[in-house]
Amino acid sequence: MAEADKAVLEVRNLRVEFPSRRGVATALSDVSLSILPGEILGVVGESGAGKSMTGLAIQGLLERPGRIAEGEVWLGDRRIDQLNDREMESIRGREIGAIFQDPLTSLNPLFTVGSQLTETIRQHLGMGRAEARERAISLLKDVGIPSPEDRFNQYPHQFSGGMRQRVVIALALAASPKLIIADEPTTALDVSIQAQITSLLRKLCKEKQTAVMLVTHDMGVIAETADRIAVMYAGRLVEIGPVAEVLHAPKHPYTRGLMASIPALGARVERLNQIDGSMPRLDAVPDGCAFNPRCKDAGPRCSRERPSLLPVGTGASACWINAGGTA
Amino acid sequence: MLVFIIGRIANAIMVMLAVAMLAFLIFRLAGDPVELMVTEQTTQADRDALRERLGLNESVATQFVRFVGNAAQGDFGISYRNGQDVLTLIGERFPATLELVLVATLISLVVGLPLGVLTAIKRGRWYTESLQFLSIIGVSLPSFVVGILLILVFSVILGWSPSFGRGEVVQLGWWSTGLLTPSGRAALILPAIALSLYQITLIMRLVRAEMLEVLRSDYIKFARARGIPRWRVYFRHALRNCLMPVVTMTAMNIGSLIAFALITETVFQWPGMGMLFIQAVTFLDIPVMAAYLCIISFIFVALNTLVDITYAVIDPRLRGSH
Repeated sequence: MAEADKAVLEVRNLRVEFPSRRGVATALSDVSLSILPGEILGVVGESGAGKSMTGLAIQGLLERPGRIAEGEVWLGDRRIDQLNDREMESIRGREIGAIFQDPLTSLNPLFTVGSQLTETIRQHLGMGRAEARERAISLLKDVGIPSPEDRFNQYPHQFSGGMRQRVVIALALAASPKLIIADEPTTALDVSIQAQITSLLRKLCKEKQTAVMLVTHDMGVIAETADRIAVMYAGRLVEIGPVAEVLHAPKHPYTRGLMASIPALGARVERLNQIDGSMPRLDAVPDGCAFNPRCKDAGPRCSRERPSLLPVGTGASACWINAGGTA
Repeated sequence: MLVFIIGRIANAIMVMLAVAMLAFLIFRLAGDPVELMVTEQTTQADRDALRERLGLNESVATQFVRFVGNAAQGDFGISYRNGQDVLTLIGERFPATLELVLVATLISLVVGLPLGVLTAIKRGRWYTESLQFLSIIGVSLPSFVVGILLILVFSVILGWSPSFGRGEVVQLGWWSTGLLTPSGRAALILPAIALSLYQITLIMRLVRAEMLEVLRSDYIKFARARGIPRWRVYFRHALRNCLMPVVTMTAMNIGSLIAFALITETVFQWPGMGMLFIQAVTFLDIPVMAAYLCIISFIFVALNTLVDITYAVIDPRLRGSH
């Protein structure tokens, strides 16, 4: 990535561990990625692949006993993975906005939408009551909520699911962060609402030049929204590259399998394609390439040596096949 | 909101009528009141006159209506034991009990809520585990043991506070308060602590359990992700979502404490309603018992109504549709 020095977010060789009585489980290993201003990076993978974990690690919200064991997280020119909780509080919400999966549960039911917005705004921007209220109302307007002045004083239960997710987006944007981490922002919504929310997210980020890390397992959402895609498997990045390239010419056998398992619209198939086997548990990741037991193209090298991310075309892939076909 | 409150109050009135019926039935079922009031020397003519004066010759329905009407105006008749007006009798004792109970409740909330939050967020540390352990002792120690221990330590050994009585009181109209004099406050501390200890542990354990539940919820994690400081998240966002069961329990406990503070009152020789009630039972003083029943029920019903209204204040989802 040529413009890495201008990146909003840069993650270098991130490793997250969960020590337990039975040993150390490695949730993330050697994850490196970066996002440019106004760019949307889609992070895909199966449940448990480490997509959400990556987002939480960046925000410093890993639950104990999880910890960053190795690697660095840079937000612009500032390294943030070693900051204490107090310092992270001034980054979360201010520099990194968050969108959660379920809008029905991510707003506190006992406070008005307006008070949750002004709380966030005043926390980070040091505004007075009236000024914060004004900003909150204009945010509600930006995310497409009709009659925002009235809505300001209403409680979350008076909003529909889609409207609540718009409020959550407004909260994420409250302090004009440089980066938004959106964890499955559309998974809990109706399909018709999903499209509205993703296009809103895309529009706002392009306008405000906000970088977005869009975590999802929905390839459709990624295809419509993202500029680049990062594919994760068993806590590792297996492929990263521009959206068209990864979708249409995937380099990694896992990505190929993932793409092949999406049924084409209108095509009648007897049986849906699937990748045989299942993702290994985090404490039982095989030696070599984590995907090798399920890979049709695996060779002897794949079970011995772990491939790292190597540039292929305009992207990068962690597979021995791409490294000269010596699998 | 107004409709909601009116509905609640109508409900409360129905319950009070049912209670009045019960209190009235005690009169009717506990034997002939005339027989209880007279001596062997009373003539039949005097007995009839008394029966007429008490209105016992009228129909049951008329008597009930009159009972309710009088009770609503605070007239519960005269004590069988010493012929005093029942309401005056209770009015002398009630402030003592209420002050004791309210101070005890205040202590239990002020101590119990933060301890509950602390034991939830610092779960697993040695000090929170010790608090959890101590709270089991607090729940299981009978209040008279606590009272006697407190008297032993603070009155007998250390001599810091009086071991019995209410100290000096100041009359504010018919209300006598001990809160305005140093000796009144000193006398209040020990019984209030004895009474609150159980409440503290109960509130602490309840808040802890609720907090552990709430802290797992998405809106708490989202509040953290918005950069809201940790303590604000705990005490504003999380605690408020824990308050419903605490409100219910505290209100019900205020009722129980007023009704059953008599053990603590006995240990500390506190001139409250508990002691009045014990005396009424020993002497089969039915008007006092009936009045006591009505007043305690009224307190319970009033608290319950207050709880319902508080619910709606805390949780906007309960305020009815908009």
